[in-house]
Amino acid sequence: MSEFISANLPYLLAGISVGGQYALIAIGYTMVYGILRLINFAHGDVFMVAGLVMVTAAASLPIGVAIVLVIVATIILGVVIERVAYKPLRSAPRMSVMISAIGVSYLLQNCALYFTGGLPQIYPTIPFLSNSVTIGGATTKMVTVVTPILTLILIFALVTLIQKTKIGMAMRAVSKDFETSELMGIKINKVISMTFVIGCFLAAVGSMLYFTNYPSVIPTSGAMPGLKAFVAAVFGGIGSVPGAVIGAFIIGICENIIKGLGLTVFSDAFTFVLLIVILLVKPTGIFGEKATDKV
Amino acid sequence: MKKLLALLLAGCMAFALCACGTPAEPADDGGEAAATGDTIVIGVFEPLSGDNGAGGKQEVLGMQYANSVCPTVEIDGKTYNVKLEIADNESSNDKAVSAATTLISKNPSIVLGSYGSGVSIAASDTFAAAGVPALGVTCTNPQVTEGNDHYFRLAFLDPFQGTVLANFAKDELSATKVYCIGQLGNDYDQGLLNYFKQAAEAAGIECVVESFPENNSDFNSYLTNAKNAGCDAIFAPTSISYAQLIVEQAAAQGITMPMLAPDTWDSNVILGAAQGKDLAIYVSTFYAEGGDPEFEAGIKEWINADATNLANNGGNDMLAAVTVMGYDAYFTALEAIKNAGSIAAADVMAALPSTTLTGITGPIAFDDIGDAARDSAFIKTANCTNNVWDFVAVQGVQ
Repeated sequence: MSEFISANLPYLLAGISVGGQYALIAIGYTMVYGILRLINFAHGDVFMVAGLVMVTAAASLPIGVAIVLVIVATIILGVVIERVAYKPLRSAPRMSVMISAIGVSYLLQNCALYFTGGLPQIYPTIPFLSNSVTIGGATTKMVTVVTPILTLILIFALVTLIQKTKIGMAMRAVSKDFETSELMGIKINKVISMTFVIGCFLAAVGSMLYFTNYPSVIPTSGAMPGLKAFVAAVFGGIGSVPGAVIGAFIIGICENIIKGLGLTVFSDAFTFVLLIVILLVKPTGIFGEKATDKV
Repeated sequence: MKKLLALLLAGCMAFALCACGTPAEPADDGGEAAATGDTIVIGVFEPLSGDNGAGGKQEVLGMQYANSVCPTVEIDGKTYNVKLEIADNESSNDKAVSAATTLISKNPSIVLGSYGSGVSIAASDTFAAAGVPALGVTCTNPQVTEGNDHYFRLAFLDPFQGTVLANFAKDELSATKVYCIGQLGNDYDQGLLNYFKQAAEAAGIECVVESFPENNSDFNSYLTNAKNAGCDAIFAPTSISYAQLIVEQAAAQGITMPMLAPDTWDSNVILGAAQGKDLAIYVSTFYAEGGDPEFEAGIKEWINADATNLANNGGNDMLAAVTVMGYDAYFTALEAIKNAGSIAAADVMAALPSTTLTGITGPIAFDDIGDAARDSAFIKTANCTNNVWDFVAVQGVQ
């Protein structure tokens, strides 16, 4: 029995860890969708840029300062993207905004290609997170243990913010009815900016955890995690924060179990089959229908 | 306000365009020289970005250094300036053809490249249609030169490399079961997995073969599979970006079984990832540092003199085998042009099969298929404390 556990625990650990990282990205998708009804395709690339900022910042600054800088820079980037690429299109058809988001995504990837010269950048070692730790006979990095705990703490804080604070109430109102809440005197721009601030903050934290585990940043690094987080958000019911988190953990864990079963070739295919199945069977996702769960 | 925003957006777009264009541009100056009489163009078809960007850049460095050593060639008493035209194939089979077309439009006498077999195979027809000979530098898949007259190559082949590594696993590591991992749909990875498996099974080694999808960065479960399957070595013919992740995650999981890898892993990027970790990494490659001290001193000085070159070599002056191969490729091309006595691509193609040369990596001569005859590979191991490659053995196929 103990042999079975020590042989299979690494899959579960890897799954929980990567699931937590997907969850942090997925919240950015789901919140922006909840408020703006926009699938922000650039979110995965914002995550990648956070990784690159860390590589650059850690080269010349102490790690503590670099971490703060990464978070601030990512938030600024997210808000600027919203102001430049989405806000002018707010009254345009929804499709235009989405195309604009795809444009931003490629813009970020190509800028990253320019800055890195196409070479993979080695992510700096964050002390403590990179330390080795042994759990039940399985050796892994500390980040594997920290990720799910940190994810849950952050999500608890976020849900409290949404449920208990004034800005949270404004968010919930805007997500229910955009026009009416504007008529009621809610400052739409402030609420939307706040959504991007939260989404990008979580993406920045997620990028630190993710790249500590997989320490190489290339311009397309954000594409796959971004897509999977998006699937997680849809799976959980897009617009729902707890749904996105649960969806992300399910995808992360299943992906790794499938690899463990020897079906490595199908690990990515699983994620997208799941997307198709959920859209066919329950288009609103697992938590989609409960309106109270919307951001 | 709206105008300002529109302006800002336009600025972003323009910037994006610059960003797309810049990396693909050749490093040297001069623009329209291709068509003039006393310039001869050598096309360089290499990945400067994407998964193989790091290796491609190092290979180009060898060619650029060779070009700086010998920038002219004399044909019939007339001196021609040699101009390298570099096109970035972005390590991607779908971008390869357009990069090749760009090169052809510059009228090259010969094309060098690529690092990575997939892109070479993809672009092969484009070169054939234009009647331009191509000289593969470190592409090792047999299909590159098989069944055509225009593609030649300097490197050894994957069946050879796979056998060398399988023999090494058997003789030196006494491996009984090897975990083999490569990227799905990558000609280089899958070719080597196949040849290694054949040779290993013939030598009585059991193989567990698994593949990972493109853009995968999570190798934890693969490594756990290797451990759970009871393997005593890992064979990973992957590109450098994945190799770096595999090395990092193996170290994090405390996996100490030796890792075997082909020529792609012979890079200072891998050394950087393995530094200070408890890992045993063996690579088969074309050249071991220390083979020609005079040449090495020259190229290191050249690399250190220019910040761009230094960055392209991964931040230090450690010499990768692909750089040396790039250097030899340039001189093989010059030799072929001299033998042809003409700058016309067709003449160079006709002269290539009989071209011989003593390069830094050994004597170079082509066989009937167009491959350089090589009968041994160097095996090196990563010294994780001193951050250098240590020479282990010269391994043949016997």
